[in-house]
Amino acid sequence: MWAILSILVENKPGILFKVTHLFRSRNFNIDSISVGTTQNPEFSKMTITTIGDEKQIEQIVKQLDKMIDTIEVKRLDEKKTVYRELVLFRVKVSKASDTMEINNIANSFGAKIHDARKDSIMLELTATPDQIENLQELLSKYEILDMAKTGVAALQRGGD
Amino acid sequence: METISGARALMKALEKEGVKEVFGLPGGANLPMYDELYKSNIRHILVRHEQSAAHMADGFGRVSRKPGVCFATSGPGATNIITGLATAQADSSPMVAITGQVPVNMIGRDAFQESDIIGIANPVVKYSFQPRHASEIPTVIKKGFYIAETGRPGAVLIDIPKDVQQNEAQMEFPDEIKIRGYHPWTDPDVIAIEKAITLLLSSSRPVILAGGGVIISGAFAELQSLAEMLMIPVVSTFKGKGAFPETHPLSVGPIGMHGHAEANKIMAEADCVLAIGTRFSDRSVGTFTEFEKHLKIIHLDVDPAEIGKNQTTSVAVVGDVKASLRIFLRLLLQKATKKSEHNVWFDHVTEVKEYWKQNLKLHPGELTAAKILRKLREVLPHQSIVTTEVGQHQMWASLFYDVIHPGTFFSSTGLGTMGWGFPAAIGAKTARPDLPVVDIAGDGSFNMTENSLATSVLDNLPVIVFLVNNYTLGMVAQWQRTFYDRRMIGVDQKHCPDYVKLAESYGAQGIRVGNLDELGNAIKAGLKSDVATVIDIPIDPEEDVLPFVAPGTSLKDMILPS
Repeated sequence: MWAILSILVENKPGILFKVTHLFRSRNFNIDSISVGTTQNPEFSKMTITTIGDEKQIEQIVKQLDKMIDTIEVKRLDEKKTVYRELVLFRVKVSKASDTMEINNIANSFGAKIHDARKDSIMLELTATPDQIENLQELLSKYEILDMAKTGVAALQRGGD
Repeated sequence: METISGARALMKALEKEGVKEVFGLPGGANLPMYDELYKSNIRHILVRHEQSAAHMADGFGRVSRKPGVCFATSGPGATNIITGLATAQADSSPMVAITGQVPVNMIGRDAFQESDIIGIANPVVKYSFQPRHASEIPTVIKKGFYIAETGRPGAVLIDIPKDVQQNEAQMEFPDEIKIRGYHPWTDPDVIAIEKAITLLLSSSRPVILAGGGVIISGAFAELQSLAEMLMIPVVSTFKGKGAFPETHPLSVGPIGMHGHAEANKIMAEADCVLAIGTRFSDRSVGTFTEFEKHLKIIHLDVDPAEIGKNQTTSVAVVGDVKASLRIFLRLLLQKATKKSEHNVWFDHVTEVKEYWKQNLKLHPGELTAAKILRKLREVLPHQSIVTTEVGQHQMWASLFYDVIHPGTFFSSTGLGTMGWGFPAAIGAKTARPDLPVVDIAGDGSFNMTENSLATSVLDNLPVIVFLVNNYTLGMVAQWQRTFYDRRMIGVDQKHCPDYVKLAESYGAQGIRVGNLDELGNAIKAGLKSDVATVIDIPIDPEEDVLPFVAPGTSLKDMILPS
């Protein structure tokens, strides 16, 4: 089971270390992590996606909640949440027709093209992890030279 | 507001917390605080190794239920207390450890005696602080004590760079503090307690499982009232040993790997358990899935993260267990509930207890585990405090030493730290100088921290080391005999010191005994002594701890003496 956790923490040095250490020492998995400041400079927000069975995820939430530096720990309901990740791919261009094909793929996903060169092309996409995985699969045909992902950022929809 | 140094502020803050003694060892990076300690009214108890300082603070904390304090310098001084922090944290013992650190501008430069103790200690403390300005010290100390002693108690580390100790600042000493992300107490949910009562009363074979939380919370009277009101037999975890008087007709004793045969038997037969302040450790319950089969679990605990961690519960009540038990009692009184004294289950429990009293085969000989520990019980005043080391002697203490006065038995149960018992006994003696304190020790464990004899003698903290000596790392030897076809390796301790001479060389009293009468006299001599007494009790190295629930099996599959 995949879960999105939204963790509001004190914006102090060392908290990221403590949160990631907790995952390691309790034998939990971090699938992705993103951290940033919030509208209140005293707080940072970490969004962690994790994989585990129901009991494990319940334990993760409880152990995170128990941490003194966490202000609020929420498990977000995927259906009521906007969650996005940004990815950058650099893809190999072997022949002239590749550029056209990659452009078409990019268009169909709503991905932006950056830095188009003779031998490679860079794409940027902001989407759900599933969509990113689909794009990655399609691009792998052309050989992905490099890639970087930000981790998921997530907010629950208003009114929920 | 006054302008004083960080070190001076530290002492003032400790005095404000009511600290009267600290256990420690000085070094380069904590000299400024030692200089202020010299000028303060706080007593310093010098150890011979920082690990013992931490264990002493732990022993002090468990007995007084107020944080014990230890001091260590930076680098190796700080790393030496790690085992002590981990031990205290694993057993939810309140402790504040204060270490020196290299000056702020040297941090991260691999300075002499620098260690990233905040990073190293992270997984074994409840919380840690490293103030970077002298002015932070009063608040940090206040927060440190608050975190160590509230909710589920634990170990707190405060790492103070040397220049932060030296620098002067305007100091404000807060009387109250708030920590945004810390909510140690939850009010027990009355509706959940009502459900728990219904479940408990509708079960036909209920058992109370008392954990260490009962002792930490001091809920002895509440537990006893509840058990007596409903006539429910009480088993305990090993850490909960002595939460309930073990000579009480409803007491069945500790369950677990080396639990009492009758306790494991009754636990396996029960249909409902009221588990109070326990984390269902594997050593207590055996296999998790087997334990919860055919059993409804009502779980009372102060720590919400313990609910459902190891066992699936039918009803959970989060909150201080003493507060929860008081609500239990109030609701039961309103319902005017009282079970008749002659219920079938209670009669059965009494029969099972009687059966094992008559039929548990004991090791033959004069100085055997059962006989020496029963002799200790016979001679020791009821209120005496007992600590143990870790190994066979510890489990024999669980089996054969009955705790009569609740909350007088302490052991490293979670981390299982050999060498804990003796310094912890000294810490206990510091907290309660009016009571006799005995460390039930094994030779292997005593070898690890025996240099605390110096502290015991020089700081006038006389305790008795009841040394169950089989010249062997006995528990490991037992496993090698049982599971490794007697391939004995690394367990022989025949080349040990002469413990009588060792004690005497420190100015302590050493007595070797050859029979039970001599043992009785030695304990009496120890109780009267102004210095520590080491009683060397040679026993048969082949004596096993039985019954034994092998790891990965369930409580009903006990190995019994053949």
